[in-house]
Amino acid sequence: MAPLLEMRGLTRRFGGVTAVKTLDLVVEEGELVSLIGPNGAGKTTAFNMISGLDQPNEGEIVFAGRPIHRLAPEAIAALGLARTFQHGRVFANLSVEDNVLLGAHTRLRAVRPRAPLLDGVFELALALIRPPAVEREEAALKAEVREILRLFGDRLISRVHDAAYTLSYANRRRIEIARALALRPRLLLLDEPTAGMNPTETAEMQALIAGLKAQGMTILLIEHKLEMVMNLSNRIYVLDDGVKIAEGSPEGVRNDPAVVEAYLGHSEVGRGARSLEAITS
Amino acid sequence: MSSFIDYTVNGLVIGNIYALLAVGLALIFGVANLINFAHGSVYTLGAYIGWAAIVFLHTPLPVTMLIVFIGCALVGIVIERIGLRPLQGKARIAPLLATIGISFVLDQLVQLAFSPDPRAVPNDLPDWRLTIGGGSIGAMDLLIAGVGLVSAALLYIFLRFTKLGSAVRATAQDREAALQMGVNVNAVNSAVFAIASALGGVSGLLVGMYYNHIDPAMSFQATLKGVVAQVIGGVGNVPGAIVGSLLLGLVESYGIALLGTTYRNLFAFVLLIIFLLWLPNGLFGGRSTIQTEPLVGSFIAPSRPLRLPRWSVWAATLAAFALPFATSAPYLLQTLTNAWLAALLALSLTLIAGTAGQISFGQAALMAIGGYASALLAVDLGAPPVLSVPAAGLTAAALGTLLVFPAFRLRGHYIAIATLAIGEIVSLVILNWESLTRGAMGITGIPPLSLFGRDLDSNRAIYWLCLAIVVALGLLQTRLLSSHLGRTLRAVREDEIAARCYGVRLDRYKALAFAFGAFGAGLSGAITAHLYSYLNNQTFDSQLSLLALTMVILGGMGNVLGAIAGAILLVGLPELFRIAAEYRILIYGVVLLALIRFRPQGLLGAV
Amino acid sequence: MTDPLLRIDHINTFYGAVQAHFDLSLEVGAGRIVSLLGGNASGKSTTMKIVLGLLSPASGAVTFDGVQINGWPTHRVIRAGVGSVPEARRIFPLMTVRENLLMGAYARGDRNGVADDLQRMLTLFPRVAERINQRAGTLSGGEQQMVAMARALMGRPRLICMDEPTMGLSPLYVDRVLELIAEINHQGVTVFMVEQNANLALQIAHEAYVLQTGRIVLQGSAALLRSDPRIREAYLGGTAAS
Repeated sequence: MAPLLEMRGLTRRFGGVTAVKTLDLVVEEGELVSLIGPNGAGKTTAFNMISGLDQPNEGEIVFAGRPIHRLAPEAIAALGLARTFQHGRVFANLSVEDNVLLGAHTRLRAVRPRAPLLDGVFELALALIRPPAVEREEAALKAEVREILRLFGDRLISRVHDAAYTLSYANRRRIEIARALALRPRLLLLDEPTAGMNPTETAEMQALIAGLKAQGMTILLIEHKLEMVMNLSNRIYVLDDGVKIAEGSPEGVRNDPAVVEAYLGHSEVGRGARSLEAITS
Repeated sequence: MSSFIDYTVNGLVIGNIYALLAVGLALIFGVANLINFAHGSVYTLGAYIGWAAIVFLHTPLPVTMLIVFIGCALVGIVIERIGLRPLQGKARIAPLLATIGISFVLDQLVQLAFSPDPRAVPNDLPDWRLTIGGGSIGAMDLLIAGVGLVSAALLYIFLRFTKLGSAVRATAQDREAALQMGVNVNAVNSAVFAIASALGGVSGLLVGMYYNHIDPAMSFQATLKGVVAQVIGGVGNVPGAIVGSLLLGLVESYGIALLGTTYRNLFAFVLLIIFLLWLPNGLFGGRSTIQTEPLVGSFIAPSRPLRLPRWSVWAATLAAFALPFATSAPYLLQTLTNAWLAALLALSLTLIAGTAGQISFGQAALMAIGGYASALLAVDLGAPPVLSVPAAGLTAAALGTLLVFPAFRLRGHYIAIATLAIGEIVSLVILNWESLTRGAMGITGIPPLSLFGRDLDSNRAIYWLCLAIVVALGLLQTRLLSSHLGRTLRAVREDEIAARCYGVRLDRYKALAFAFGAFGAGLSGAITAHLYSYLNNQTFDSQLSLLALTMVILGGMGNVLGAIAGAILLVGLPELFRIAAEYRILIYGVVLLALIRFRPQGLLGAV
Repeated sequence: MTDPLLRIDHINTFYGAVQAHFDLSLEVGAGRIVSLLGGNASGKSTTMKIVLGLLSPASGAVTFDGVQINGWPTHRVIRAGVGSVPEARRIFPLMTVRENLLMGAYARGDRNGVADDLQRMLTLFPRVAERINQRAGTLSGGEQQMVAMARALMGRPRLICMDEPTMGLSPLYVDRVLELIAEINHQGVTVFMVEQNANLALQIAHEAYVLQTGRIVLQGSAALLRSDPRIREAYLGGTAAS
């Protein structure tokens, strides 16, 4: 079966810097694939290209059989691709509920393309008149939002009408994931979902992601917390300086010396090590 | 018959004057990331200070210029203290709005002190002219060129070779890094405002002398020209500002040669739109993308909208309807009618700027489109107001959205500039398209409002009609806000990138917001036209756009009830207390400043 | 026992409603190299901002050389003898390397001393000397880091704050930067360094603190921490092969 997501020869240059260099990557349906590597390795750049916020200089991205690397982010979302952001981007002044409801935007009847130019008029009319079908849809979506929020225990449900900016950082990251789930994605892109979370919060998030995976969700994950990556992933790609330096099963990647060296930083300070010892002792 | 040389000289001279303005704006933008809308007011102030010095103190020209230089530098320092420093760390739009408030205040103070009538600036320069090629250069031209060159040279030396100048450049390149070098950025900002304002003031004086004419209304046009020159050269770029200014001056001059003086400003704004759309970084601005920081969303931060109990709102509405039974004082009813019409304007802007986050400074143009559409339908085609008014609303919606559509790709304060320019263009087109609009003469004999064949000629009837429309629009807007559209528009305001990644097509929703808002503004303009039975290109001037902004911020951005409350307070109250028109703008300026500083969420809270 | 040059005492810091530091305390002894480690969103950059006066703690105190400096505007902190090498260098891109160095001495009034120090920098940083008249924005990342360090030293600070000095640098420049940090310290400048790369930082620091979501979870001499297995957990969130 063809993979759900495939990147071939993906290259992105910014001025003199090559952020991503001829990257090949494959995600099969139902897999959880992780993308790891030190800061600045090109992982978020890759995400931006997949979600349409950026365009590659070379190469292509194919999602469910369709080339998407020249599509706008809105179109890619409509195809069933949802993402979260490295530093968390919730709609600060919208309530928790509205944030998550917005995730379902592409599924709304009112948004379905009908006729050019008149689309907007239809949408406005539907919003103002609210025939029973629209009311039912809204009610159903709100019920669905509650279901999604329940995945996070009591934390978000209890504050469903509060503005997102009033919630803690960890909760805001959770809202982001809830919003992504509301899109009912075929592919979920998670960009450092546990960044800034303490070990307890991280463990909870890990359990949540494992749960999503168990339900058959296809996930592409960027993470720094290696234990989590090892536990969750079917396969791992390791990037360093825009180049794929390793790929394979967690076991294979964990024992690859090139990976350790690149990811954890120099375990020896190159040639200068000996003279440094002399200076600092 | 003037020659090409004459027009070139003229263009370069005007360009020089614009350069003195634009350079100041560039400096301020460079260090403070702020488009200083009060700049034109300082320019006007400079002209008047100079005039006063010449007329009352009989100072020789160099002394006059020095007085203007120092006086305006001081004003600049005050503007920085009030308009920028206390707002550091608050949302980026706050200083922009504060400078607008300051411009209101300064302009009105000048008008109150000196009267709104234009004055002539006595000019002591020798009367000789130098002939070159087919044209001539006069003493005034040389003076302006001289001042321009000397200023540029001194500025260069200052920036390149002095310690403070290095601090200015460092702050412009990286403010936070400059702080960490021990630079007192507040002092740098003060210095920059002082220099910029001094140059702006001198520019005003020179303009006054060149055209032998100053009046308090100069400031708005001046700010706009300065901004245009900035955009052409690259916002924040000092050499670019000079080049942009000279280019603008030349374009204007040749344009006048080809099409006549009434088209002067049209070129500036068309040039602006062209650059904003295709070369937003200007000629020298480099390839960096325009910042995509949301401008409005962060302004609305920490506030909970005041939830008024339903019954109280309905009670107030009923009371409003019942009022004409309690009293038939015509003044009260007329005042409130004006307030209702202003409320329509406020509702429209609170949706566009408050809910959808698109700061628009061109609402007056939407009213004008509505007014003219209804007037022309009624006068030229004999349509009854019951048809022409709604049609006018739809026209404003369609045409307004179409005009502003190309600007949707712009972010932050560029939208403000673009909508301002579009508003001015509409006004100029109305002025010049005489075959349609009768130009400056205006349209007379617009029939009064009528419903089902009967003229509505009593104050009561008109009051009720306007109130009914406000209530209807308010209800519709509330319904819109509680629908999926409400949260979608607010998502567009909060974070365009995240919204796009969840399928929200920005253009569509911005257009929706503008169209809905424009409808309301158009209705307001249409009804006004029928009430006045006359309108011309000055009936809906740009000050209305800024008044709309003040109402919206007072009420709370995005807040429907707030918009209506803001209209009642800002339009109704001053009229009720019979505050003279000159003082009103002053009050609006002070109110705006106070709000930005102390209560940006307004009275009822942003939504 | 001499007082530490820099002391942070039980500070709590907020970004709006979000708390970034929880009762944080640490010390930097005079003449030492102290490193603050931690992952993303751990609060380490926020700590730097607190020290430099770019942010104020809601409670607690920051003391420099016995004087309380929290609440001071940044330029005052700098003038008190603190130098800064900001994250991602932040050299002034349109200024020449020389102008950048001179900006580092902005707070000083002694022109002769500044001129002397400029010469010293050119000796200490030969790569910088080669490019002295070039626009700083055209230099490579590693060269810019050198400029940023030299620039900070031009202020003759007693304490230098460095925010992730090795981030984004090639291995060659990483070596150089670490050597220079050691050399600077050898000449008497106290170094307070925030670093993502634990291995590197621990090679060169005397003491280190590990931050996790605004709290210190590990601290001690770098020599001991180097071989402490808990650091991997605290810092990277899990064990990994080494």
